[in-house]
Amino acid sequence: MIRAEHIVKNFGDQEVLKGITFTFEAGKTNLVIGKSGSGKTVLLKILVGLFKPTSGSVWYDDVDLVTANKDTLRKLRMKVGMLFQGNALFDSMTIEENIRFPLDMFTTQTLKEKTDRVNYCLERVSLSGINKKFPSEISGGMQKRVGIARAIVLNPRYLFCDEPNSGLDPQTSITIDELIQDITRDNNITTVINTHDMNSVMEIGENICLLDKGLLAWEGSKDEVLQDQNETLHDFIFASPFLQKLIESSK
Amino acid sequence: MFFVRPLLFRRSINKGRQTAFRMNLRLFHHFGTYILWHSQIYKKPESHAMYYKETIRQMYDIGIGSFPIVFLISIFIGAVTVVQFYYQMEGTLIPPYYIGYIVRDMEIIELAPTITCLVLAGKVGSNMAAELGGMRQKEHIDAMDIMGVNTSAYLVMPKIIAALLMIPVLVSASALIGIIGGYLSSVPTGLFTSAEFIKGVRSFFIPYNVFMMFVKAFVFAYILTSVSCYQGYFVKGGSIELGEASTRAVVYSDILILMADYVIALILTA
Repeated sequence: MIRAEHIVKNFGDQEVLKGITFTFEAGKTNLVIGKSGSGKTVLLKILVGLFKPTSGSVWYDDVDLVTANKDTLRKLRMKVGMLFQGNALFDSMTIEENIRFPLDMFTTQTLKEKTDRVNYCLERVSLSGINKKFPSEISGGMQKRVGIARAIVLNPRYLFCDEPNSGLDPQTSITIDELIQDITRDNNITTVINTHDMNSVMEIGENICLLDKGLLAWEGSKDEVLQDQNETLHDFIFASPFLQKLIESSK
Repeated sequence: MFFVRPLLFRRSINKGRQTAFRMNLRLFHHFGTYILWHSQIYKKPESHAMYYKETIRQMYDIGIGSFPIVFLISIFIGAVTVVQFYYQMEGTLIPPYYIGYIVRDMEIIELAPTITCLVLAGKVGSNMAAELGGMRQKEHIDAMDIMGVNTSAYLVMPKIIAALLMIPVLVSASALIGIIGGYLSSVPTGLFTSAEFIKGVRSFFIPYNVFMMFVKAFVFAYILTSVSCYQGYFVKGGSIELGEASTRAVVYSDILILMADYVIALILTA
């Protein structure tokens, strides 16, 4: 479980987050949604410790990330996996070397054990047999899946995904969403997904927080999204003219 | 009218003072960050094997990768030095073999360490700044940070170790190649005989000068690597800022190398 408490973040005079309090539950896919510029990425970067909040605290179970010393932080980070929006795969390394990187860095396993683990992770994301390829030789969707494989290679307890569906077609997006949800349930990990993709919200949104202008505008689950009369939520969900027409025609 | 001009003048002076103050503040900020950053670089490695692998890769890039340019520059500098000294000393009472002696000491004391490191600041330094800056922009450094890797240590320490091992070797090679360049430009063209040149090269040899060359090589290697890595590691913004960081890496390294050259010369010849 991760709990963000009264998170405030200022960049100079600009107040980006204005006191966010939210609990990201274990074994569930927790979604942070909101328009561009609402503070989603800043919140995610605070949650993983890339940014320090101006005030507030981030609790990973019983450890406060903000006040933790460097050793605690490093140990904590070994339990964290992250999928970046741009994948952040190392261009000069093969897919196998990319996924093996955390194992090489933090474990004393033999090469065979590491290779077995890499193959298992690649199988988990349905990409067996691409070990020797370079990131530039595979598609964007495959790169996302390799990013997920690298994020789960050390069996993390916390998984963060920044816009996992950006730049992907709807079908591939669904595959990625389902994969993230399966991994979350199978390993009972705390997953936080930063997205503005409505398909993801309706597919895997078990615990959702909506950010608007740096404030927590709404929280709930995918079942409550369509019933709730919250104006900000309504504006965000039905922003698409296609969806509006679809609803009108169904009425 | 008489009062307006002094007022404008005073305003422009105040503006100038403010700009200078801000520049000094920025300089102190960067100097402080650079110094504090070193406490992160020299930490115990997470995996010795990974650091070793990275160090070997960097040694290859710096040593083998830079040898052709060092060879080319050294041979021409040696050649030009001999030709120009011959031009200046022709018709004087100084014996011709002295040119061999002068070229040898100039190469060892000054030309090989300084010119080689100025060139390497351009080749290796800009490459390091661009590599780290690119990694920062593509979120590779963030990805490693989140994994728990000490990125300052993993990305910078192997580069510094590799530079400290390889650059003195390149500087030594440069000195030797420079002397050979001098020989090739003078003996076959008939400026003086092979025996005269070799006599000059073997005369008045002081081993302390070689020690001075290695001190310079180590100090310059450290400067060009750490300054370039600092510029790349802390880059912010897009491709324009990355280009600027790469340029700054070369310019600041060059300036600091020349300043260090003067200080080392003062200390070691006192």
